[in-house]
Amino acid sequence: MWAFRVVIVFAAAIILAAGAFFFLAWRSEIPEEAAAAEAAFAPELVAKGAQLAALGNCIACHTVPGKPAFSGGLALPTPFGTIYSTNITPDRETGIGGWSEEAFQRAMNEGVDREGDHLYPAFPYDHFTRVSAEDNRALYAFLMTRAAVKAEAPQNDLQFPLTYRPLLAAWKLAFFDRGALEPDTSQSEAWTRGRYLVEGLGHCGACHTPRNAFGAEDRDQYFGGGEAEGWQAYAINKDSKAPIPWDEQSLAFYLRNGWHEFHGVSRGPMAEVTGNLSGLPDSDIMAIATYITSIMGDPTPERGQRAAQLRETFEGDYLEQAADSQSSPVSASGGSPGEAIYLAACASCHEGQRRQPFGGLNFNLSTAVNAPNPQNIVNVVLFGLPPADGEASAVMPAFRHLLSDQQVADVLAYMRERFSEEQPWAGLVELIANTRSGAHKVTIRPSDGIERAPHNVGAEEG
Amino acid sequence: MSISLIVNGSPHQVDADPATPLLYVLRDDLALNGAKYGCGLGQCGSCTVVVDGEAVLSCMVPVMLLEGREITTIEGLGTIDEPGPLQQAFIELQAAQCGYCIPGMMMSAHALLRRNARPSDAEIREALATNLCRCGTHMRILAAIRRAGELMQAASLPEPEEGRAG
Repeated sequence: MWAFRVVIVFAAAIILAAGAFFFLAWRSEIPEEAAAAEAAFAPELVAKGAQLAALGNCIACHTVPGKPAFSGGLALPTPFGTIYSTNITPDRETGIGGWSEEAFQRAMNEGVDREGDHLYPAFPYDHFTRVSAEDNRALYAFLMTRAAVKAEAPQNDLQFPLTYRPLLAAWKLAFFDRGALEPDTSQSEAWTRGRYLVEGLGHCGACHTPRNAFGAEDRDQYFGGGEAEGWQAYAINKDSKAPIPWDEQSLAFYLRNGWHEFHGVSRGPMAEVTGNLSGLPDSDIMAIATYITSIMGDPTPERGQRAAQLRETFEGDYLEQAADSQSSPVSASGGSPGEAIYLAACASCHEGQRRQPFGGLNFNLSTAVNAPNPQNIVNVVLFGLPPADGEASAVMPAFRHLLSDQQVADVLAYMRERFSEEQPWAGLVELIANTRSGAHKVTIRPSDGIERAPHNVGAEEG
Repeated sequence: MSISLIVNGSPHQVDADPATPLLYVLRDDLALNGAKYGCGLGQCGSCTVVVDGEAVLSCMVPVMLLEGREITTIEGLGTIDEPGPLQQAFIELQAAQCGYCIPGMMMSAHALLRRNARPSDAEIREALATNLCRCGTHMRILAAIRRAGELMQAASLPEPEEGRAG
């Protein structure tokens, strides 16, 4: 009898827990809207949506390079397996052609698709939940007026039990803070706008904040530096390693133009971000800069002092005295192998006479040389910066056919020692070998531009 | 300092500062003037040569990195009397205007055609993205590279069909 009671209680507990989980995890299906893709939208709304889609960098994940914009299918490697981005063109069968605005709003707001399935947080709804209904409406109008493309994304390749989507409800319970941000009335209008853009559609933290074991952004190391597509996304909080600290003006210039004289050119996945931001008004760019620099805070006095010296050296017309394009190699007899290669192969541009963005950045100004992880320099040395298709862009030749792993490591060790006060990098040769072989996968693309869809049309596609 | 280089199959001993760009050694010491000095900054591609099968910008590469490696310049693709397939195709299709960029174009194309004898236009454009031409003969250059691919394939066939010279 006693045992029977235990069983009853146990069973009741299981049923209750299952019920609670069901309640937590279950989301209704929103019926298909047959005419959604044919709906008409005001041109101004679509234009606003285009800007917002650029800010959200939607094209980067939702497009396979060379394939039609927003048609999905891009493989996103995660520690849990590979997730494939979905088709967000208004194709009825394979895209979001049957999605009502309500379904779209819910996906942005809650990370749930039209059928009621939880979405993986590779879709950054932890940020998109901050986006206003009004902006989502414009985004919806923009996406529903793109060319419909029939393209089925491959099945996700995830480890069991992550294939079971209701489990994501538990992830959300632990890590997902739904809804708009609380207003902070002590801050300026620009800061508030900047926070909305950065925390919401801009989803800067998705790359620039490290992730915990569950793949959620680690809020204790907010903007402390992360990873994207085989590149390091630098710390953009107080731990920023920029030798001349970012300020509002320099950051706004960089985001607007894709380069800054004290920081170099945008590259890797950031190249697409600055390329995309060209669609935003100056006031929004400035607002982003206001907010991000408020997170970085004022530099320490030592850092400020060092920066003042660098400014003096590198500001203004320091290059004007000897404007000669001929490279003059410097010989280094007796130096380390890394020094000899650096002086002969790197210095002619990186200590040359040409200004940013087309001259090489002087490494005294380089965040990369001071970063805890050398991955970005490895990427650029091996693969270079290829030229953009059909437009002027900063380029760098690739050195993978010329330098061995050991030689690249020698050059990097020399640069670290000469241009940084940080500790030497460990494990260089292995990292270089893995990058060269593709064991560490890196996306290679030109500086400052959108190279996803054919012909650089980017968000204007369709 | 003496450095040994293998250029177009022949070994050379060159007395040069190890930091000297390959381009200077080719032109000044070995009298191989095919590779051109354009910008000297790795931006224009007119100095392109092939090292171990890959196109590289010779104005950027110090000779210290090239000890014992196979360097091919435009002179290695054929002679005036016996032009190689790439040169033949460029002549046939009149792909040069001023011609300054053409040696670099051909060397990038040579590296491409070695790995892929039938490249698509997109692949040709990608391989030649670092080669600039200010005369604007790009369409003819594209056509010449396609033609060179055909010539190379025809040459590698054991018995070419008669009556199909084109």
